[in-house]
Amino acid sequence: MLGIGWALRRFVRSSEDFFLSGRSIPAWIAGLAFISANLGAQEVIGMGASGAKYGIMTSHFYWIGAMPAMVFVGLFMMPFYYGSRARSVPEYLKLRFDEKTRGLNAITFAIMTVFSSGISMYALAKLLELVLGWSFHASIILTGIIVLTYIFLGGLTSAIYNEVLQFFLIVLGFLPLVLLGLKDIGGWHGLTSKLAVVATNAGFEPGAWSHSWKYTGAPSQNPMGIEWFGLIMGLGFAMSFGYWCTDFLVVQRAMAAGSMTAARRTPLIAAIPKMMMPALVILPGMLAIGLHATRGGFLPIGADGQPNYNLAIPMMLAHYLPTGLLGLGLTALMASFMSGMAGNVTAFNTVWTYDIYQTFIRPGQSDSHYLRMGHAATVFGILASVVAAYAVTRFNNINDILQLVFSFVNGPLFATFLLGMFWKRTTGHAAFSGLLTGTLAAAVHYGLTLSHGSVPGIKGGFLGTVMHVYPSEMALNFWTAIVAWTSCFVTTLVISLFTKRTKTDDELRGLVYSLTPRQSDAAMPWYKRPVTLAVFILVASAILNVIFW
Amino acid sequence: MRLDLRLPIGLMFSLFGAILLVYGLVSDPTIYQRSLGINVNLWWGVVLLAFGLVMLWFSLRGGPGRTEM
Repeated sequence: MLGIGWALRRFVRSSEDFFLSGRSIPAWIAGLAFISANLGAQEVIGMGASGAKYGIMTSHFYWIGAMPAMVFVGLFMMPFYYGSRARSVPEYLKLRFDEKTRGLNAITFAIMTVFSSGISMYALAKLLELVLGWSFHASIILTGIIVLTYIFLGGLTSAIYNEVLQFFLIVLGFLPLVLLGLKDIGGWHGLTSKLAVVATNAGFEPGAWSHSWKYTGAPSQNPMGIEWFGLIMGLGFAMSFGYWCTDFLVVQRAMAAGSMTAARRTPLIAAIPKMMMPALVILPGMLAIGLHATRGGFLPIGADGQPNYNLAIPMMLAHYLPTGLLGLGLTALMASFMSGMAGNVTAFNTVWTYDIYQTFIRPGQSDSHYLRMGHAATVFGILASVVAAYAVTRFNNINDILQLVFSFVNGPLFATFLLGMFWKRTTGHAAFSGLLTGTLAAAVHYGLTLSHGSVPGIKGGFLGTVMHVYPSEMALNFWTAIVAWTSCFVTTLVISLFTKRTKTDDELRGLVYSLTPRQSDAAMPWYKRPVTLAVFILVASAILNVIFW
Repeated sequence: MRLDLRLPIGLMFSLFGAILLVYGLVSDPTIYQRSLGINVNLWWGVVLLAFGLVMLWFSLRGGPGRTEM
């Protein structure tokens, strides 16, 4: 099975050339690539782990998180991105503000990519450990070698192409797992009764794992340990908007679309399958914890005495799928690990070589010099990912650490983008100090607080005094994002008022809302307009919120 | 000239489906204890094959998706 997947991928790669000729990808492909760029193994494993650890509240990552943010990207942000022709976030920041803002963002972005690939690396190594019975250290080394080979053989050239295939692989590889699991546990009704056991064992109301809003009145009532305000502002606003609006791994996919209208429609089209994802990635995690609590010992117990939630999905695969279908499931996982890691390491290489090294350290060198630097950066990126992968072993849910990284990087960045795009008065000095303050504020908040049951160190509280203990890692992440966003927003706003504008209106044309020609959709029939799609998506996600209240 | 992505998707899943289906027919039934006694290889093979063939059919016929949106 694995071999066939590999052979087909090779066949696919050779046809890449005509596929990416210019911006001419049909909207449905760009849309699927848009969510596949995010639907890596990190997402599958991480959301499954969160489903087990936090229950159905995890779907907020989709229904109040991704959906509104994707609508916002499609309606409001895409015109700037597509219009400015910037190829990366640092590049946009350079056009809108200045070199130093670009440099700062390049550095935080580079750190983020290292963590992202480290998380993938950890997850793949865990899977190898489970399936092949190797030691974790050997699995990490093997993973590093595979990724290095993959990148040097040019594995990422067909990114968008592979991503769409991967989307179908993941959906069709995981669906039988969900169906079998549901059948085994006795349908939705059987699942909620098992989850009631999970919830009462943990000291919550019986419905805490199967209601997404009902128990968000106070942090102590739900497993995520967050109340509605922190959930909406932290996850729904600062983190989700930050991620979907500023993560270029994702946004780039929409920019490959054929026209401005198609580019705007891409995130909106993507939002429709995205809405259904919880059934595929969160539900198996919920099934796993339900089985764990009622049939005993389904999940292995980690060093911290908690079940290792990261293994929810791999254990489900091994439990239900027989030889044959298991191969399909593993192929789906492996393929997404590989492209996830390779994508991040390549992004690291690009940002380091062009946005940091070429701009600040050694400008004006020959192309071959930068190419060698790029290769060195790739190797360094992988080594750094290995270190990150060991840091990840401290977390029983990779989604916790992934969102932590996002709260540091994307939280403040979103404030910078909002002000930069919608207020032409925002200055370069202000954007730079805002970003810096936002990231530092996140670090200070993280250093002064801790999540329940953690020891100070890598999981926070390293500044000596612990001022507040959050009930869960995720609650800590949400508040870190809120702190980061707010301090970046306020700093940028205040400093903008006290500094002189350095860019004229003319230089900002196409980069700021008030100086960009409006998109007129009047010529399109109403059902084709992005706004119509947007309304449909928002209504549908509202309905989902109510159904699983 | 643009390659239709439905062609490789169709080929890949038809092939996966056919292999699973055949494997489901010849495999030892005891391996299906873990999947609640259901021959999932056979049934999911049928699903994948159908999906692959529909994709292939669309791509050969040149239906929606080939035209630029």
